[in-house]
Amino acid sequence: MSLQSFIDQAISPWMQEQGPDHDIVLSTRIRLARNFTDVPFPLKADDTKLQIVSNWLKEHFNHQSFLEYKNLEYFDMASLQQLEKQILVEKHLISPLLAERDKVSGVLLSKNEQVSIMVNEEDHIRLQLYLPGLQLERGLTEAFKIDDWLEAKIDYAFDQERGYLTSCPTNVGTGLRASVMMHLPALTLTGKVRKMLPAIHQLGLVVRGIYGEGSKAHGNVYQISNQVTLGRSEQDIIHDLHSVVKQLINYERKARQSLIEQSGIRLEDRIFRSYGTLKYSRVIESQEAAKCLSDLRLAIDLGYIQDLSTTAVNELMILTQPGFLQQYTQEILTPEKRDVKRASIIRERLSIEDK
Amino acid sequence: MKCEVCQQREVSVHLTNYLNGQKTEIHLCQQCAIEKGYLDADEESYTIHDLLSGFFNVQANPTTKAEPDHRAEHQLTCPQCQMTYQQFNKIGKFGCSKCYQTFSSFLNPIFRRVHSGNTGHTGRIPKRKHVHLQHQRLIQNYRDQLQELVKEEKFEEAAELRDKIKDLEQEGKSSAKKGDEL
Repeated sequence: MSLQSFIDQAISPWMQEQGPDHDIVLSTRIRLARNFTDVPFPLKADDTKLQIVSNWLKEHFNHQSFLEYKNLEYFDMASLQQLEKQILVEKHLISPLLAERDKVSGVLLSKNEQVSIMVNEEDHIRLQLYLPGLQLERGLTEAFKIDDWLEAKIDYAFDQERGYLTSCPTNVGTGLRASVMMHLPALTLTGKVRKMLPAIHQLGLVVRGIYGEGSKAHGNVYQISNQVTLGRSEQDIIHDLHSVVKQLINYERKARQSLIEQSGIRLEDRIFRSYGTLKYSRVIESQEAAKCLSDLRLAIDLGYIQDLSTTAVNELMILTQPGFLQQYTQEILTPEKRDVKRASIIRERLSIEDK
Repeated sequence: MKCEVCQQREVSVHLTNYLNGQKTEIHLCQQCAIEKGYLDADEESYTIHDLLSGFFNVQANPTTKAEPDHRAEHQLTCPQCQMTYQQFNKIGKFGCSKCYQTFSSFLNPIFRRVHSGNTGHTGRIPKRKHVHLQHQRLIQNYRDQLQELVKEEKFEEAAELRDKIKDLEQEGKSSAKKGDEL
């Protein structure tokens, strides 16, 4: 398969659109945790019970369309290869937890990969919706529509006092986790991100690396999300998150500006060194690739590099992950071989743009 | 500070080793610490739950005066999923929706810690199954607004709102009769 057609399959359609504040915000995710009322949560449910849940979803929602989310398709985790699961994780369509589960579980995916409904993960239902750029309000509205659509066929575990009941006490109430994926190179470079973390935490928000809980920032990409799910309305949660993200965007833009003013030539040097590394290296490990891609994205945003689009960077962020590298080469690769393949894919992708 | 092994990445793990009274310190990055076997690769993903069971333990500690009899607490078992209070305490997760009732007397302190002092839901209500609740919430909102209007002496608007509330209450009653529960 040619790289171009592989990319077309690898990148979710929504990722190719540019959303609001796309120079800093990569994507917005809304996640709602829901459970069936009369089935124990996956932690305590045996396979027969879990089967009830997955069968119900298959029966009522497989091959259905809802609004622009066409052709929802159900994938049984048991029927997927290890590599296929890894790729779904790398596309953020399922969680690492779901990929590792050996119990009855699955995922209902919309054709445009904007909606993913994980079945029998920690909760019976984890509804996720993705949008490009910063679009929390719209994301919430859309997620609510899908939530209502599901609820028309499912009796949710809901309690007047505690709200939507979830397996983990950290999700109870709204079951809402809203996350914004942000690229903050200038704030990281100037060490300001670390200083802001305590204040962000005080507001009931969490900052994580790109792969969620426990992961470190990779290529200066951070995921900011709400921690509190109980005692606040969904709108209030979104509103708070939105205003903090807006502040961070302002700070990042200012930090970028002062980087240009105070150390323009050094920044330019750093950026073009990274560009050189990406264009010419023969072996590159993921950490270095992520760092260079972050520089490249910054370069495009600031206008230092004009003959390249952010789409190329987005694609490379996805493609240079271990699962995708192996999918592309159609073989299991050792970490050393992966680093070689990663370098060659990057060179190839950047040369598409040159032509 | 750079990692002692790879000399590239920033240090994130500090190890102090005492052997025969000799103290040695090692400073490594996460990746090298995992490679050298000092850290479990999965370790970091547990942090949130470690913290959580920490919350629980504080709660289970019999220093608070509101604490009920300790033995009774340990015998509590959820009738639906057979989760015991001890298990719940250890795992930090509920086994089923019934657990919320079974362990209800212990939940407020936990929720307060996890959710910045909150214990009750104020968000969305399922549309189909809980029409009645939605009604109640709406009526309550209107009542609050009504009071404001009266305070501001906007009686005309207040009267309109009062009629609206009446209609809603009527609607609520008839839908409740149709068998909508809770």
